[in-house]
Amino acid sequence: MAKDKDINPGADSADDVLRDVTGSDYKYGFVSDIDSDIIARGLNEDVVRLISEKKGEPDWLLDFRLKAFRHWQTLTMPTWAHLDIPPIDYQAISYYAAPKKKESPKSLDEVDPQLLDTFNRLGIPLEEQKVLSGMAVDAVMDSVSVKTTHREKLAELGIIFCSFSEAVKDYPDLVRKYLGKVVSYRDNFFAALNSAVFSDGSFVYIPKGVRCPMELSTYFRINASGTGQFERTLIVADDDSYVSYLEGCTAPMRDENQLHAAIVEIIVEERAEVKYSTVQNWYAGDRDGKGGVYNFVTKRGLCRGDYSKLSWTQVETGSAITWKYPGCILAGEGSVGEFYSVAVTNNFQQADTGTKMIHIGKNSRSTIVSKGISAGHSQNSYRGLVSVAPDASGVRNYTQCDSLLLSATCGAHTFPYIDVKNDTAIVEHEATTSKISEDQLFYCNQRGIPTEEAVALIVNGYAKEVMNKLPMEFAVEAQKLLSITLEGSVG
Amino acid sequence: MSSIDQYIDLYGHNRETVEAATPDVINRLRRPALEALKSFGRFPGKRDEGYSRFSVEDLFAPDYGVNIARVPFAVDVTQSFRCDVPNVSTLLGVVVNDAFRPTTTLLKNLPEGVTVSSLASVASEDPEFIGRYLGALSHNRDAASALNTMLMQDGVVIRVRAGVKLEKAIQIVNIFNASASLMSVRRMLVVLEEGASARMLVCDHSQSADFGYLSSQVTEIFLHPGASLEYCDIEESSEQTSRMSQLYVSQDTGSRLAVNGTSLTVGRTRNEFHVDINGENCDAELAVMAIADGSQVIDNSSRINHLAPHSRSNQLFKYLLDDKSQGAFEGLILVAPDAVHTEAYQTDRNMLASAEARMHTAPQLEIYCDDVKCSHGAATGQLDRNALFYMQTRGVPEDEARMMLMQAFMGDVIEHVSIDGLRDRLRHLVERRLSGEHAACGDCAASCHN
Repeated sequence: MAKDKDINPGADSADDVLRDVTGSDYKYGFVSDIDSDIIARGLNEDVVRLISEKKGEPDWLLDFRLKAFRHWQTLTMPTWAHLDIPPIDYQAISYYAAPKKKESPKSLDEVDPQLLDTFNRLGIPLEEQKVLSGMAVDAVMDSVSVKTTHREKLAELGIIFCSFSEAVKDYPDLVRKYLGKVVSYRDNFFAALNSAVFSDGSFVYIPKGVRCPMELSTYFRINASGTGQFERTLIVADDDSYVSYLEGCTAPMRDENQLHAAIVEIIVEERAEVKYSTVQNWYAGDRDGKGGVYNFVTKRGLCRGDYSKLSWTQVETGSAITWKYPGCILAGEGSVGEFYSVAVTNNFQQADTGTKMIHIGKNSRSTIVSKGISAGHSQNSYRGLVSVAPDASGVRNYTQCDSLLLSATCGAHTFPYIDVKNDTAIVEHEATTSKISEDQLFYCNQRGIPTEEAVALIVNGYAKEVMNKLPMEFAVEAQKLLSITLEGSVG
Repeated sequence: MSSIDQYIDLYGHNRETVEAATPDVINRLRRPALEALKSFGRFPGKRDEGYSRFSVEDLFAPDYGVNIARVPFAVDVTQSFRCDVPNVSTLLGVVVNDAFRPTTTLLKNLPEGVTVSSLASVASEDPEFIGRYLGALSHNRDAASALNTMLMQDGVVIRVRAGVKLEKAIQIVNIFNASASLMSVRRMLVVLEEGASARMLVCDHSQSADFGYLSSQVTEIFLHPGASLEYCDIEESSEQTSRMSQLYVSQDTGSRLAVNGTSLTVGRTRNEFHVDINGENCDAELAVMAIADGSQVIDNSSRINHLAPHSRSNQLFKYLLDDKSQGAFEGLILVAPDAVHTEAYQTDRNMLASAEARMHTAPQLEIYCDDVKCSHGAATGQLDRNALFYMQTRGVPEDEARMMLMQAFMGDVIEHVSIDGLRDRLRHLVERRLSGEHAACGDCAASCHN
């Protein structure tokens, strides 16, 4: 692009903006000076036992961890993804880091002020007055839940929203009934690892017929260095219930790569609906691709009940490497799965992400809209599976995946897998790849819109279909992220 | 133990017999192929990426006979077999199992500058030519092509010299004729020199339905600058016949390729299309259809590598699957970093006509360049009930309406064929196939399908 500078002033300014913007600090890259309880690096059965002991877990959970760990030892890391992953030394990671505290805080006054400050800097309304803004938050730092707000109000409705460890103590039957039922520890390499060493996470239970009055939200934060984050989220929506769940994440800027291997399990019963939104903004590494988080997450929902619905919306802007496929097992008759995704990669980021729609129930339907945006030297892949079981008649799927290329050095790839075993299914897949055309830019320039704003406009327009699916609070943040990541990067 | 070992053993024990049939220029390709086979260790199976519905391992597992001793077949099939395409006069050559036999009309009518000959004989006469091209594209990339290279003893060489425009189509008829189950190692090398043009029709037949046959086919096509080739491939063998076909094409500047594949009757088949676009302003067109019923398995895999700027490719794949048949399609368009202004499209349309038919589709794009227009689309469904109902309200019986719609569905693949007579023939074949009849070749004395 540099050689075009003299002849193309538009590109010049665009280039500057790109440099300014991408050169600017990762807003969330600070480290909080909080005393942490970190166990020694390395992974063996003793470490698994230690984690379980530190958390005072019952025996059945320790058994679950050990089974997972033994299974994990038999596995090797898969290599089929379109990703270039440097070797990961699993013995060089500390598998447990918790902000030090004496006892569980009863109110915000007891919470470490440094910690509160951290979350305030992240713009997360932990403080009581902000809580009034109407969002229940569970904040997870270094995989340990720090504080869950609004709990009493939710409890009135019978809604359980708490950290995973509390759920293990207070609602062991529920946790035991559902844990590992959607994502078994045998599912994949990272699921096995997570099942062995997960430290905390969130647990949500919406009872029958209850419509959750507010958005539930979890913010994940990796703070300590040399640690990985392994949290678990378990959401159960009982018959006729509804919940909208938001997930956000940030991490400090570090030269080393940090591993985030989480599991999200969702169970949707009859006529219930769960909406799961993610704005993923882990540290993506610097402009030369140094550092950044490896985001290898297993997310899956089971639409068990008839006419249940699960909707995934994700805006992926962070992480050095993103590798995840939030999926829906549509087992109930007439169940509905949705997946809306915007995945943005810049600099040396890599993403191999998409979804799995597994149609088992009759007349189940799914929609997939995936928008990939690649810039810099990044590689962005969509990989998705739509499978229709032999008995699943009347299934309907529509998939659309578009890729937008913003530089000559990036890559955009599409790998859909469509597996139809029933003759009444209608499955469609459409994909296009293109760049922002000179005509579009020229049109905007003509009307007085500078090149960089025009690009932001076009990119936002391109991603709008997905952004519209995000809850209001997140849409604003996501839109901002999108322009920060990309503004002005004209190829 | 993998089925690959039986072939490694076969070669190990009979190396001299295998090599006796061919000159050194071919024999020296065998050792690297053997080494490649050993390092692969096994054929790909269903768990391997790119083979998700097709096990090459199972395909090669049965203990087929291989005619490495070059036992000649008593029946002179060339006298009795005519696979004529009405209204199209072709230059006909026959491959019985894996031995090429030119017909007298072929030898008489070949224009100057055109070679259609046996691989073994060309290798003796012009080893330099064979040395330059043979194996240069297949390159032991996978176990099946390495196996073919290790065991090939004969095949067809087609060479069209610079500037020669061949009017008549060249027809190669592959026939299985053996009184035991047999694997044939078929090889074809097609070289169109600068500005040359040709049309080819290749069809597969099996003369006996009593024995299992397996054909391992590797075809390498070189299109030099400005060359133009139309290549039609029809599979019309028997349900006891399996096939592993690998087509490799290298396209130079300004060349044009049109491939038309039709799978009608065959047991299990995997067709791979590998096209490297190495020059600017090339066109590559792939139109492939598959009609399957019973327990047929049809797997098509295409890979178009756009390695140079300003080229176009277009792919159309259509499947019609009935009974317990299985279809698979895996297509990849790769656009290299420098291949700006590439236009590459891919369409896959599949119709499932029974509850037990299966279709697996993986259309893929790998794009490393921003100034391109690429798209792919895949859809799997069934006959449009509204269209069916519309036709019934207008007095067309359901069966007939169904037939018309299926034919129309396949119509746009057939439209890609430029040989007029062949287009009609294909329409006829499809019609017969859809009505459940074998499209036995009317007046042919060979009666392949009895």
